[in-house]
Parts: sequence; structure tokens; C-alpha cells
Amino acid sequence: MTTLLTAVVVILAIIAIVQIIRVFEVSSTMSGDDEPQSGQPTKKENDLFGKIMLLMGAALVIFSIWSFFSWGDYTLPKPASEHGVETDRLLWITFGVIGLVYLITQPLLFWFAYKYRGRKGQKATYIEHNNKLEAVWTIIPTIVLAVIILYGIFTWTSIMNPDYEEEPIVVELYAKQFGWTARLAGEDNILGEANVRFIEGANTLGIDENDFNGYDDVIVNELHLPVGKPVLLKMRSQDVIHSAYIPHFRVQMNCVPGTVTQFGFTPNITTAEMRQDAKVMRQIAHINDLRDAMGEEPYEFDFVLLCNKICGSAHYNMQLKIVVETEEEYNQWLKEQKTFAETL
Amino acid sequence: MAAEVHSQDHHHEETFLTKYVFSMDHKMIGKQFLITGIIMGLIGMGMSLLFRLQLAWPDKSFPILDTFLGKWSDDGVMDPNIYLALVTIHGTIMVFFVLTAGLSGTFSNLLIPLQIGARDMASGFINMLSYWLFFLSSVVMVSSLFVPDGPAAAGWTIYPPLSALPQAMPGSGMGMTLWLVSMTLFIASSLLGALNYIVTVLNLRTKGMSMTRLPLTIWAFFVTAILGVLSFPVLFSAALLLLFDRSMGTSFYLSDIFVGGEALGYSGGSPILFEHLFWFLGHPEVYIILLPALGITSEVIATNSRKPIFGYRAMVGSILMIAFLSFIVWGHHMFVTGMNPFLGTVFTFTTLLIAIPSAVKAFNYLTTLWKGNLQMTPAMLFSIGLVSTFITGGLTGIILGDSALDINVHDTYFVVAHFHIVMGLSAIFGMYAGIYHWFPKMFGRMMIRPLGYIHFVLTFVAAYGVFYPMHFLGLAGLPRRYYTNTSFPMFDNLADINVIISVFAILGGIAQAIFLFNFFYCAVRGKRAPQNPWRSNTLEWTTPVKHIHGNWPGEIPEVHRWPYDYSKPGMDEDYVPQIVPIADGEEASGH
Repeated sequence: MTTLLTAVVVILAIIAIVQIIRVFEVSSTMSGDDEPQSGQPTKKENDLFGKIMLLMGAALVIFSIWSFFSWGDYTLPKPASEHGVETDRLLWITFGVIGLVYLITQPLLFWFAYKYRGRKGQKATYIEHNNKLEAVWTIIPTIVLAVIILYGIFTWTSIMNPDYEEEPIVVELYAKQFGWTARLAGEDNILGEANVRFIEGANTLGIDENDFNGYDDVIVNELHLPVGKPVLLKMRSQDVIHSAYIPHFRVQMNCVPGTVTQFGFTPNITTAEMRQDAKVMRQIAHINDLRDAMGEEPYEFDFVLLCNKICGSAHYNMQLKIVVETEEEYNQWLKEQKTFAETL
Repeated sequence: MAAEVHSQDHHHEETFLTKYVFSMDHKMIGKQFLITGIIMGLIGMGMSLLFRLQLAWPDKSFPILDTFLGKWSDDGVMDPNIYLALVTIHGTIMVFFVLTAGLSGTFSNLLIPLQIGARDMASGFINMLSYWLFFLSSVVMVSSLFVPDGPAAAGWTIYPPLSALPQAMPGSGMGMTLWLVSMTLFIASSLLGALNYIVTVLNLRTKGMSMTRLPLTIWAFFVTAILGVLSFPVLFSAALLLLFDRSMGTSFYLSDIFVGGEALGYSGGSPILFEHLFWFLGHPEVYIILLPALGITSEVIATNSRKPIFGYRAMVGSILMIAFLSFIVWGHHMFVTGMNPFLGTVFTFTTLLIAIPSAVKAFNYLTTLWKGNLQMTPAMLFSIGLVSTFITGGLTGIILGDSALDINVHDTYFVVAHFHIVMGLSAIFGMYAGIYHWFPKMFGRMMIRPLGYIHFVLTFVAAYGVFYPMHFLGLAGLPRRYYTNTSFPMFDNLADINVIISVFAILGGIAQAIFLFNFFYCAVRGKRAPQNPWRSNTLEWTTPVKHIHGNWPGEIPEVHRWPYDYSKPGMDEDYVPQIVPIADGEEASGH
């Protein structure tokens, strides 16, 4: 039945197209338009498609502006880390600049297509170049870019080389096909040495059992962090490249087998506070409406770590929940966890 | 001289085999590249439609998936591994087979000899070899779809260890081996082609065709060829080392790996090395794709605006500048790999510099349209479309090229949106512009214009409909290459945007069917083309409509002016072909 329907639709479409062509051909001979001996379009076609371009350009610009209002609510809520505030500011400033350029150049492009469409009597003006004009649109982008580049480089450098006022909590994010494990460095705040060659039995992260530093390490499948304390993430991978991506913290760093990579940040909003954020609440309400309609459990906001580098069949489902809480809650939680020594 | 003698020598019989199959004529080879490219493009696009079905309706069953994917689809739902294989092969085919070979191969071959006034390429034989290596490479790539464990699936960037270890994913077995074999053939083909283009442009220009009188198409093809010659060998070495790691136990890219329940013996290598080598090709590759499209657009916009291209020297300068910069920006693909953060600042700086020559190009296109007499051919519409997508996609590059901002949008759908618009759409629009514009030259027939119009309008709408919304998916934190977004409830609300994207993708697919019909029907039955259908100045329109070996029946014409004397004051017509001598009292244009 479906096949038959598809076939009918296809045949109808072909007939429709053939008819359209015939109408075009007939109308162009009927009107006695000065059909050039060349393949150039008729004046009528120029006129029509100048207008269509204007229409499409207008639609594009209106759609672009509309999308920011209508889909803006889908974008990530406010950052939950200190550096995230900086990068988001830079992001929206950059969006402002490129948005302005977009809103000048796109309308101009389609306006020109309309304004100078080859109607009767339309003549082109011979202009080879204009050094002044060209200098202007080389120098202005250069200045604007210089500002963006400097701003970007300073932001990047300060994120990558954080100034710690206090010693950061060291946490290892361990990636493998297909899941995450976190390892807190424990009381000494030093991670025990590890290598995948030590993986055996319960020691799934390959921690060196001869390294005392590792005995107080705490291995968890749900990471808790205290708010306002700097954290230094150390990434390790067991098999292929993964990428530790925590969108709400604006944190991302690849996990590369054979090396340890790192990313330092300071969470500045607790999970509980984040759940009260207006945008988060709107998003969650929307999501839960949809989930309700599908008969699924309601969802509560949580920070989540996901994999953002293609790593195999279940790449789409590597998650680790992260809870940011007050220091007391964190200490309480940490006390309840077993150390590596206790698990052996 | 040899070519000239050859052209006089018309009595030798051409068999079907020497004329259509093992042809050494650049015009035929161009057509061969184009048709192979179109077929590969169909495969690549078909794959994208399959995975768009999965992304929009992950819980629905599509019997069509069973038809196409066979054992890799269960009750109309595709397997996660085959999803990754589809995105991998889609990317590989589109980047290399369609937009590199299909675009450069077609138009460099067709236009370089015709527009510079040469009888043929410097070496017809090497040219033929280039096509047949490309053909073989396509055959190997397509055949990899049929191996038992499926084709390569580690992404078109084939980062090891994922691509190196069959234990890590099924596609990294036989499928990956065939991928590497295919790419090796492809690189050889691409190098042979590029060397030929460079030598031809440098040595075989007709009398009077100085470098500053070259059409911008030729400048673009020439610089593209140089980029290819300098960067493809690096991909070859990357692939070679990967091959060693895969089959000979070396550890160039591998170290400390535990997979499939055992620790492997590899030690001391780094996958980051592969990324450096890959992107040293990978970034110039973006411009290998884009520059020919920009060159075609320059020519089409100038011709159909009936105006000189605005700022010819600035256009050439910006091509050279972009080409130079493209070699020192590869690290912006690697900001979050753990590379030394200082390198991040360097690559941010060099990357954002590319915006300057790009801006110059965009503004020059705008001012070429300004005060023109625009002939709205389908080629012209696609060129205007290219300028639009080039601006849109270029602007988001300023966000991705900025290391601090890249942290959060890296590898999300924002990237997918960016590169599809700036490189995919722009290049494909440029390719369509080229096909519509030079179809009369290729086949001696005209395409059906109304169909071209419908094709453009639908394609333009569908293209923005597919890729523009992806920016918002990326800003919502959605990673790319996810088989389904349903595992994370935080992405549940993005489902409707994904449906919109897929609907536009299907519309886009239908629009291409109109093009295919137009192309193949008109190649055989189209209206006979006049010699110079667009009233263009360049040399290719002075050759006879019916192709002859050697291009011009008599002497190769001499060139007296640059190619952009459109609507020159004091002239009778609104175009003055390059072969027309400067008239008495005419002001020469300084070229």
C-alpha cells in the first residue's frame, strides 16, 4: 500500500513538473519577449527571480531573528562555573558582533539581487575596483578581530592557567567503552599512580597497588563537588579517545590513552540552586510535558558528564551524574564513600 | 608543440574505448569526474537521509532501513554501529569524493586548458591515470560497504585508537583497511591531477595570457592544486603509520590501551600525533574544497552581473592569503585535546586572521552585484546562494576559532552546522553554479532553466532549514555523532528541532532528484547550445560547441585583455571577449 502511494505521489510530482516546464515555455513564446539568441534569462525571469531572491532573503533574515527568540530557550542555561561566566560573556559579545555583520551583509546581498535585477533598460556600471573602499573593509574587520582575538586569548589563558588561591580538589575522570568513573584523590589530595596494565579483578582503574598515595583514593559512579572550591580534573582513558564534556560547567577536555589531560574549574552554583533557576525551570517543565505525553518518568535537573568524542557503538550513552552541594553536604557524602584500600 | 601537431592529426580513428573510457582528452575526463562525483554524491546524500530518519524518529520503525541496511537494521531500526558507519562514510564521500574530486577534478580539467588557451593538459596520460585511480578508489570505498563487519565507522577523521583496533568497533577491521586502501588511491589520483594543473597553468598559457589576465576560476584551481600537492602527502604518511600500527604492531599512535579484556602491548605512541598529521591535511582540505567554488562564483557573478569582478587583485590576493593561512591553523581542531594551551593562543590568532581575506572576498562579491545588470540564471542564483552561506558559515567560524569559546561548542552540533554551511553548502552551491554555467560547454546542450530555478529555490530553503537550526542544538550542548539523543533527558526538548531538520533534509533530497533529471535528460536531449550562451568573455566560449581534440580548429587565439571587460563604456556590446584586441582610443584596463 505504502509503495503504491509513494509511486502515485512520485508520478504526480513528475507530471506536475512537466506541466510547469510547459507553462514556462509556452508563456515565454506567447509574450513575444525579446528572447536573446544566447542562453540568458528573459527580462521577465530576471524580474521574477530578483523578487524571489528578495523574498527568500527577507525570510532568511526574519527567520534568523525569530529563531533567537523562539529557540533561545533551548540553549544552555547560565553557566555553573566561574570561568563559564567569562566565556559566556565573550560568546554573547562575539554573537553581537557577528550578528551585526550578518544583519548588514545578508540583507544587502539579497537587496542587491533584487535592486539590480536585469530588467528592461537596466545597465551595469563599469567599476573595476576602489582602493579606498577596499582599504575600509580590510581595516575595519582587522580592528574588530584584533579586539576579539585579544579578548579570546586572555580568556583562554586564564582558564588554562588558573590562579589557585587554595589547593584544588583533584579528581580523575576515567573513561572507557562505555562509561565514566570518577576518582577523588582522598585526604592527601594526591592520586595514586595508575596504568591500564595494572587492571585486574576489582581494580578496574588500574591503580598501582604499591603506591600508598592511592590507598585513600575514592572511586565513585556519581561525583559530588563542593560549591565554590576549585577542582582540578585529570582525564584518563582506558581504550580509545573520549571527551569529558560537562556542558553546564562549560568544561571540555579529551581523554587520550597514554596521557593524562587536565582541566581546572570552580563550580559556583549548587545543583539545588540550579534547579531554581528560571530558565532551567522552564526547560524542565517543557521536557516533563513531553515525557509525560510519552508516559515516561519525570526528569529532575542534574549536572551531567557526557562523552563528546566518537568512541564506538554506545558513544551516545556515556553518562556520569555530578552533584554540586554545600561543603558540609560534600564532606558528609565523602565520609560515606569507601576508599580504594577498603575495596581491595 | 607536440600537442599542436597532434591537433592537426585528426584521421586516427577513435574507438568507443578511447573516446569515452580511456580518454586522454581533458573535456571528457572532466565529465568522467563529474558523473562519478554525482553518483558518489547520491550515495553520500542517501546515507544522510537514512541517519536523519534515525535522528528524528529514533523510536519509529522504517521498513526502508531494512531494505538498505539489511542485517544492520532490525525491524526497521538501525544498529548503533551502522549509524556511525553511515556518518563516517557520508563524511568521507562528501569531503573527498564529491567536493574534492567531483569539484576540482571536474572543473579544473574542463576549464584550465579551455580558459588559458591550451590544446589539452600538460600530460593527457597522467590526467587519464588520475581519473582512473579516482575511479578505483571510489570502487574500493563503495565495496567497503559490503564487508561482513561493515565499513569504517570511526568518523571521517578516523582518529586512532578507535580506527586502529578492531576490538574497539567492528568497522575498524576489514572496513577500515579498505578505507585506507581507497584513500591511498585517492591521494595518488589527487596528486597526479594537481601536478598536471600546476604545470599546465604555468607553462601552457596562450600568447597574451599573463597571470594577471587569468580568470579567477583558474587562480582558484591553481592555488587549490598547490594546496593539494603540499598537504595530501601528509595524510598519506598519517595513513601509512596507521597501517603500520594496525598490522605490524608498531606504536606510532598507540599507548597504554586496555580493550577487549586485555592490556595491549603498545607503548609510547600518541593519538595526538595522528591528529596533527591528519589536520595538517584536514584544514587545507577545507580550502581545497572551498576555493574552486569561490573561483567559479567569481566568474559566474561577474559574467551575470555584466560587470567586472570588483577588486580583481584583491580577490587574487585573498586567495593567496587564505591558502597561506590554511597551513598554519590546523591546531584549531585540537584546542581541547590536551595540547599545550600556549599553542591554543597561537592557533586562535592565526585562525581568526582568515576572517580578513574572507571578509574581503564577501564584500567584493557584494560590490560586484552592486550597480550590475543581473542575469538571473540558475548558476547566478546558486552563486548568490554561495555568498549567503559563505557569510553565515564564515561568521560562526569566529566563534569556533576562538579557543576559549571552542571549549563548550567543540564537537557539538554547532560545529556540524558551521562546517556544513561554510564548506558543504558553499562548495555544493559553487559546484551547482559551475554545472549550470558550463553545462553547454560540457555537453553542447542547454539545461532546462525552469527546472534549474525550482532546484535552486528548494535547495536553498532546504539547506538553511537543515543546517541553521543545528546551531541551537549545539548551543544546547548536544554532541555530534550520537546515535540517539534519548539517553539524556536534558535533550528531550530538542526532539522537535530534529524533526524539522529531517523534514527539510528529505525536501532537499527531493530537490536533487529534479537536478538529476535535468542533468541526465539534457545531456542527451537538451536544446542545442549556442556557442557563447552567457555572452561571456573567457576563452572557452570561443571553441566550437561540438568538442574537438585540441579545442580550437585553427590557431590558438591570442589574448589581448583581462576577462572582465563587461559593460565597458564606449563598447557596442556589454561584453568584450579576451580575444578582441584593444581598439583605437580604448582605455586599457591595466591588465
